[in-house]
Amino acid sequence: MNEVGTSRGRPPGEATTFPGGRLPDGVSDPPSLAERLREVGYLADDGLATAAFLALALRRPLLLEGDAGVGKTATASALAQVLDAPLLRLQCYEGIDASQALYDWNFPAQILHLRAAEAAGRRADEDALEAELYDRRFLVARPLLQALETDPVVLLIDEVDRADDEFEALLLEILSEFTVTVPELGTIHATTPPVVVLTSNRTREVHDALKRRCYYHWLDHPSYAREVEIVRTHLPGVGERLAREVVAAVQTLRDQDLLKPPGVAETLDWTAALVALGADHLDADRASATLGSVLKFREDQERARAIDVSSLVARAVADG
Amino acid sequence: MADPVPLSLSPVAIGFGRALRAAGVDADPSRVQAFVAALGTLRVDRVRDVYWAGRVTLCAGPDDLERYDRVFDAFFAGVAVTGRPSTRRRVQVGADALAAPGVGDAPPEDAPTVTAITRYASAREALRHRDVADLTDAEQAELRRLLAHFAMPGEVRRSRRRQPARRGAVDRRRTVRQVLAAGGEAGRLRHSGPRPRPRRVLLLVDVSGSMAGYADALLRFAHAAVRGREAPTEVFTLGTRLTRVTQPLAHRDADTAMRAVSAAIPDWSGGTRLGATLHEFLDRWGQRGLARGAVAVVLSDGWETGDVDELRTQVRRLGRLTHRLVWANPRAGRPGFAPTAGGMAAALPYCDHFQAGHSLASLERLAAVVAGAATEPDPASSRRERATGHTVVAATAVLEGGVRDA
Repeated sequence: MNEVGTSRGRPPGEATTFPGGRLPDGVSDPPSLAERLREVGYLADDGLATAAFLALALRRPLLLEGDAGVGKTATASALAQVLDAPLLRLQCYEGIDASQALYDWNFPAQILHLRAAEAAGRRADEDALEAELYDRRFLVARPLLQALETDPVVLLIDEVDRADDEFEALLLEILSEFTVTVPELGTIHATTPPVVVLTSNRTREVHDALKRRCYYHWLDHPSYAREVEIVRTHLPGVGERLAREVVAAVQTLRDQDLLKPPGVAETLDWTAALVALGADHLDADRASATLGSVLKFREDQERARAIDVSSLVARAVADG
Repeated sequence: MADPVPLSLSPVAIGFGRALRAAGVDADPSRVQAFVAALGTLRVDRVRDVYWAGRVTLCAGPDDLERYDRVFDAFFAGVAVTGRPSTRRRVQVGADALAAPGVGDAPPEDAPTVTAITRYASAREALRHRDVADLTDAEQAELRRLLAHFAMPGEVRRSRRRQPARRGAVDRRRTVRQVLAAGGEAGRLRHSGPRPRPRRVLLLVDVSGSMAGYADALLRFAHAAVRGREAPTEVFTLGTRLTRVTQPLAHRDADTAMRAVSAAIPDWSGGTRLGATLHEFLDRWGQRGLARGAVAVVLSDGWETGDVDELRTQVRRLGRLTHRLVWANPRAGRPGFAPTAGGMAAALPYCDHFQAGHSLASLERLAAVVAGAATEPDPASSRRERATGHTVVAATAVLEGGVRDA
């Protein structure tokens, strides 16, 4: 490594403070964050480590895009583990609105309170009674509000491209100010902005204004060596040979112009399936029998079978 | 490793941002600012750190990444960057008409007398059924004006959002709010039902050479559909390449939008590889969700120079993903047309509706079809029936006597 710009370096041991958020102990730059992520079983490359480090240090939301199964959601839970923080997940869908994402009032409890007050004969003091009804304890916090009130916390806003534009506008407001205003209660501030990870599958273009608020990272399928490492990390019981052969086969499949190229998740599923069958290497029969754990379309399976699984495996073994 | 990064970062970052913008990456000042902040936070001692800091802060989509890499290599190697990739051809759409905007915009002269209005109305009526490719320039301009008034309402579907209704599930929220307002006195139950929303409309416009006479009018139709905002609408052009033109089409003014679109389409009036471009569409957008549950309209003559089997496979795939698949063929308006040409015949079994798309009237009808109003006498019955081939054979047999489409 080429040490330059000594005036920018900090003496070792000095606490690192950043304007946005607090960094976990021992994390002072992207490589050290990558190391911590590795400890919790997530192998991040340079790009993701940099993006995640910036998101932690400057507390800007991180927008992750990439094919299904490359580990977008897993990034958020790995970050939560590194921070030793709870992971709050908001799954977006078409039609999601503020009462499902922000807060709602607990109406039955309010009615009960009203009845109780009536039974106790407190009818006179109407104003006070009404104020009590909109007390904090009747407010049901949904993930976005919970995230503002928890520290530390990782907020995962999953598949933001599924929500509609109005909801994006709502997110934009909350992610820039980190405040929520409840008309009956007032404004709720986050003391430290939460760590926010947004994921998108690009079924729709996320609005520019929201993108501008975020750091952006495109997650690619991992390289051969990294994917073997991922398999070995996640499934410790897997032999070196099986891992190499499965990954080589999956990487070959990804080049085959399939309807749904297998992601890392499928690689892990496939390996686990083969392990369950007692395999220590990939052979044509077992590969064919377990193809359903990697390829989820009939057309893709047909295509893979047409390739001739045994030659695929032979090639995979040669590559591995 | 390359040269050390200068300590004073801002001018470099700003210069880099400018180079990126020249290459087509939308690296606006707020992004450059984020880049500078990122450089200040990271201990930048490797070119790779600068690379990632920039990529994370300055890029906004996968399309930006390739440009970013190119500019980064050039910029930090000290090579001047020359703007956009030179392979991009700029093509004017209906250049002569655009050069003199507003040709058809002049209202009928003076005060509208009864005869003037009648003449205008009948001219309009005549125009409605004329083939777009045969119109004179003045008529084209008039057609454009008429097209601008078109919006495409999507077919209604039920959504997860709810709205007050006379019956249906009890709306706890509103019922209790009302009870609270009445000081705890139980009142009438409120109900709610699903709120209907228009389905997404997906327009796939063929801009290849064989569509030259129609592409302009069809894109203007697409512009009206996007601008009308009756339903979420996405527009792609097919030819030798796939281009997403929803953004360029979003401009309020039709002519400006058309200029933006023509700048965005690299393969204007080129060959037709419908199957391959549909394949690309489905891989990159369709299967991820854009086509799912949508009403898709392919505006094409079905002229395929590539592999017809590929087209068949991809149309079948598109048909499965969409709620309904409509094929509007400008040539179908010609007398004696039969959908027997290779590409069209291959695609037809998987379409729910097949119709003409050559005149204003046919485009009006298309809009009605998209809105779900089309259960009219159409060769199309149910998709399943068509898949067996019976109806196609029947429709072809009926049309058999006429002149085949060249």
